[in-house]
Amino acid sequence: MSLLLKDLYEGFRNGEAIRALSAAIARESEKLSQPLHIMEVCGGHTHTIMKYGLKQLLPPHIEFIHGPGCPVCIMPKERIDHAIALARMEDAILLTLGDMIRVPGSQSSLSQERAAGRDIRALYSPIDALKIARENPDKKVIFFAIGFETTTPMTASLILQAEKEGIGNLYFHINHVLVPPAVHAIMDDSDTRVNAFIGPSHVSVITGSKIYEPIAAAYHTPVVVSGFEPVDVMEGILRIVRQKTGGRATAEVQYSRAVTREGNLKAQEMIDQTMRPRDHFRWRGIGDIPHSALQLRGEFAHRDAEKVFADFLPTEPIDDHKLCICGTILRGLAKPDECKVFGTACTPSTPLGSCMVSSEGSCNAYYRFGGIG
Amino acid sequence: MRRIQLSHGGGGEEMGALVRDLFYRHFGNEILLKSEDAAVLEVNGKIAFTTDSFTVSPIFFSGGDIGKIAVAGTVNDLAMMGARPLYLSCGFMIEEGLEVEVLERIVSSMAAELAVSGAAIVCGDTKVVPRGAVDKIFINTSGIGEIVCEGISAHALREGDLLLVSRDIGAHGAAILAAREGMELSSHPKSDCATLWPAVEALIQNGIAVRAMRDATRGGVSAVLNEWAAASQVCLEVEEEAVPVCDEVRGLCEMMGFEAVDLANEGTFVAAVDPADAQEALAVLRRSNPAAAQIGTVTLHKQGRVILKTGWGSRRYLELPKGELLPRIC
Repeated sequence: MSLLLKDLYEGFRNGEAIRALSAAIARESEKLSQPLHIMEVCGGHTHTIMKYGLKQLLPPHIEFIHGPGCPVCIMPKERIDHAIALARMEDAILLTLGDMIRVPGSQSSLSQERAAGRDIRALYSPIDALKIARENPDKKVIFFAIGFETTTPMTASLILQAEKEGIGNLYFHINHVLVPPAVHAIMDDSDTRVNAFIGPSHVSVITGSKIYEPIAAAYHTPVVVSGFEPVDVMEGILRIVRQKTGGRATAEVQYSRAVTREGNLKAQEMIDQTMRPRDHFRWRGIGDIPHSALQLRGEFAHRDAEKVFADFLPTEPIDDHKLCICGTILRGLAKPDECKVFGTACTPSTPLGSCMVSSEGSCNAYYRFGGIG
Repeated sequence: MRRIQLSHGGGGEEMGALVRDLFYRHFGNEILLKSEDAAVLEVNGKIAFTTDSFTVSPIFFSGGDIGKIAVAGTVNDLAMMGARPLYLSCGFMIEEGLEVEVLERIVSSMAAELAVSGAAIVCGDTKVVPRGAVDKIFINTSGIGEIVCEGISAHALREGDLLLVSRDIGAHGAAILAAREGMELSSHPKSDCATLWPAVEALIQNGIAVRAMRDATRGGVSAVLNEWAAASQVCLEVEEEAVPVCDEVRGLCEMMGFEAVDLANEGTFVAAVDPADAQEALAVLRRSNPAAAQIGTVTLHKQGRVILKTGWGSRRYLELPKGELLPRIC
């Protein structure tokens, strides 16, 4: 039996199913004793909610708070400046993923640097880095690795493969970040209104749903790991409402088509073999969060761009533009359209903050899909 | 293997031979063969005049090549104004070292595409530039057409008009993306690159009241709709589920995080027609391509905006695509 790509999404955009879930949520939520402030941790979910207009299908006392789960949005400017500094080195090829190309650092962006003649490439698959390194033995090929637990195994596999093949000119600048420490940081903020979470399914395909069990227990918040299609998100919300009305708070899996409690053990092992938690990582807008990101293990120091090219890399933290409220948005305390520069000084073509740059950013989602009440 | 050399653009014997043996042989017509400094044309009534330059990498792709696009693109711009394409100019900028055989394939593809509309290349120019100054070959074509249906304009949309697309959308953008990135897919998208004049001529001959037509090239269908909404100060309300997208294009969009409405087309147009004529217009378009569809309505709900309506009752704005199309991260 062959599986077609469309089999993976077709039923999950079914109008009848979405309407039925909307009606079920409306009925069930009448029993809620207090308003529901659901944080969708991941920018992918923000996009599903905005693109498919799901907020319009929910009762007014169910609100979304957009979380910090966009790897480009949480990247502080000094790390983007690192990417630029690496790209500016002689005989360097800088590789990264998607939107990183656009995001502005303190002075420039990778796309401006590329226009000025630096060799900067956006990869579709990190494994392509092997080929580029092999074909350019005289160049320093640096993979600027970004992403949450979802993309980390691909970097880990790339490191192991480079070791196995003895490819000496491939280096890594690791910016992989972790979901649970960020969630704890949000919940530890006394201003937070969040009382439930939608967890991203792709993270849990790797980590399992178990990573949310301590969160559900500590803050008495339901966490439902959901897929990215509109039916998935609506079903995830219904499950949250049911937990609330039933007085429960557990880590639950809606995306049972691929998520288990334990996750992908092989991937976890590869990550553990190559990387370990950093003491701390500065998240754009949120600040320092201990043990919230990964770095290469000591045995891979010869590939660690932060060590090998340390002399080229700036060290000072750089804050956002003073009009930009990305930080407040990333902490879930404001909506994008509450920002003074939203849609005027800050647009996807001229972004001031990273939430407008990335296609996963909440400002970008509001700009592209928002505005109809 | 014979290759184009700088001397082929030098104006001397080699250039004369290239023009005679290649361009005249494929494009030959009475006006061109006169070899005067300029073509002398006879045209009745109002004319439409347009120009476009073509650079595409790779130059051969699934469903077309740079030559086919260079003819179809300019002919389509004329057709979109209700003009019968008549005369084209053609300027080649060729990188030194291009195989003559490759150039011949391009030229013969242009000749085949000209035959679809009956237009003729009546003047031309060839430049050969040193290696690296252009990427293999750039082509410019300008075109003149005779207006056979007046008043077609992006400013002419009215409340109640219906919006049609001539076929499934996004195929060219998807084909180029897949080819450029060397993606290995089980089923490759094929460019829609085609001359639209036969479909447009059929609409005109059937007396369809066409308000506006535009081929959805760069910026895709969303660019066309947004331009119309702004130009006519109307609201375009589009039913998302009615917009035809083939499985290959949808699959690529799913994988990369793109929207089919943002992808380029090279043989797909959007038309706004009087509601009384919409069914007949659709029937006419379906004779050229069965995937033609009615996708929306012109209203005054939010003037200047395009609204996309989902199959479950929610709505959102459809914005102009911005910036470089980059694949999603996860």
